[in-house]
Amino acid sequence: MILLQTIDLRKQFGETKACDGVNFVVHKGEFLSLVGSNGAGKTSLVNLISAQLTPDSGRILFEDKDITFAPVHERIKAGIARSFQIVNLFDGLSVFDNVALSIFSREGKAVKMAALADHDQEVRNEGFDVLGQFGLKDKSQVLAGGLAQGERKLLDVAVAYALRPKLLFLDEPTSGVSTRDKSQIMDTVSSVVRAGTVTAVVIEHDMDVVFRYSDRIVMMHEGRFLADGSPQEIKANPEVASILLGAPLPA
Amino acid sequence: MKADIATISYRPKLLLALAAVLVLVVLALLPFYIGLYQVQLLTYGLIAAITALGFNLLLGYTGLLSFGHSAFFGIGAYSVAFLLRDAGIHSMELYILIGVPIAAIMSALFGYICVRHTRIFFGILTLALSQVLYSLALKLFWITGGTDGLRVPRPTLLAGTLTFTGGGAYQRFVQSYYYYVLAAFALCVVIMWVIVHSPFGKALQAIRDNETRARFLGLRIRRFRWISFLVSGTFTGLAGILWVPLNGLTTPEILYWPFSGDIVFTALLGGFRNFTGPIVGGLLFTYLKAYAVATTEYWQLLLGVVLVLLVLVLPTGIVGALSAMVNKLRPQEKTW
Repeated sequence: MILLQTIDLRKQFGETKACDGVNFVVHKGEFLSLVGSNGAGKTSLVNLISAQLTPDSGRILFEDKDITFAPVHERIKAGIARSFQIVNLFDGLSVFDNVALSIFSREGKAVKMAALADHDQEVRNEGFDVLGQFGLKDKSQVLAGGLAQGERKLLDVAVAYALRPKLLFLDEPTSGVSTRDKSQIMDTVSSVVRAGTVTAVVIEHDMDVVFRYSDRIVMMHEGRFLADGSPQEIKANPEVASILLGAPLPA
Repeated sequence: MKADIATISYRPKLLLALAAVLVLVVLALLPFYIGLYQVQLLTYGLIAAITALGFNLLLGYTGLLSFGHSAFFGIGAYSVAFLLRDAGIHSMELYILIGVPIAAIMSALFGYICVRHTRIFFGILTLALSQVLYSLALKLFWITGGTDGLRVPRPTLLAGTLTFTGGGAYQRFVQSYYYYVLAAFALCVVIMWVIVHSPFGKALQAIRDNETRARFLGLRIRRFRWISFLVSGTFTGLAGILWVPLNGLTTPEILYWPFSGDIVFTALLGGFRNFTGPIVGGLLFTYLKAYAVATTEYWQLLLGVVLVLLVLVLPTGIVGALSAMVNKLRPQEKTW
């Protein structure tokens, strides 16, 4: 079942074509990786889908509804959430507050002024439950700005996950962390995502991570889709190997 | 048995409430030990604290620096003067009941325009709008009294229960009005404390810290800023309402930009990144200004030097610096 579809999506920055007629399909329940070299257009595509950018032309359909020009809050309400390449947290708030805000926002409680945030037992239970899933429960009262990089990456994903999205975009969840932390982060993220009813699209450069965790891999190059298939199919694709791994193309 | 971390703990709030009650009791007892002038000064200090509380919702919690909060203070003060002159109202409660919605409506209007921008553009817009009001107050003298202002005699308190005429009326008014303002101050502190600790208050802090992420949580940034502006302006308007009967006169000076500067100074003095900073700042600034004016004719210079020192030496304000010292002595964990 198709969850998200882009039709002939285009975005250009000057002479650079970030998205050049992209027809992207995400199926419900899959763990999809979006790969490609720097400047391939991966983050631009996610920015277009999440409303951080407006497309020059083309359409974006989510659950068959046209959301091409829907504002961010409507897309989030529809069930699209994302994390960021550079960790984007509320550093002056506690780890718990970071997650709780997602829940308040999702439940439409963020405008409540006459009640104490930490006295909402339902939000507390869910917030600590989410933190438990991401292994951050013990750090719940630490300021987000005081976390280690790996924990910050996890919290970044947890904040997006707490919105209970149908489709979750994770922009390089393992960038800037040690090799040991990469596995831990991806194990946690994939187990949480697969345990829920979330469809995940991960932008990732580490091909070991991509091959290990993905159901499907889509490769972008110069704003276009170059390859789309299972990890085995992508591994066997000589063009992908040439661009990503620097292997020579067969004659 | 160790309580589950997800269970609400009331202990920290009880301790906080206990400390607040203690401070309130001290403030309530002070008039018995200090002179009339000091009581009057303290009343001005409490009013300045209410102003700063409102202002700080915008600066400290929302991250928007307004250079035009004198407008709302002035709207509050002039509302009282107009109600007295044009409607013959002498009741303090009616001043508040009518003046606060007026301040709220004006704040909503100003906010609607200003929150479309942030940073310096926001500051300039607030400054410009407040100067429009100042010019109107100055030029429409047949309505506002121009530079002479409008006189506001002592109102009745508690629905006419307390009136102030005859011998010793002034002394009785200052004493009674202190407790009136103290009650309003206590109420404002409680309301503001709840607001900043509510989901709305947390959302404001999130917007302040990281607007992009807040937007991607589905928070409608402009709407939150607008509501924050409205609440902030309303608190400042209430402070203006409370101020004018004590001052006995309202003039365009309170709409002028240096008065907005005083409000910014107040927040900087106490520290705008914590709840109690503006309260302490409001009280301290009142005394600082009063004694600077009494000590030297170059009092603006003196206040300027204090401001420069403050920014250089204590950028987080007095309470901010004290809080940092305390935090250094304990593990870096945030308490609920």
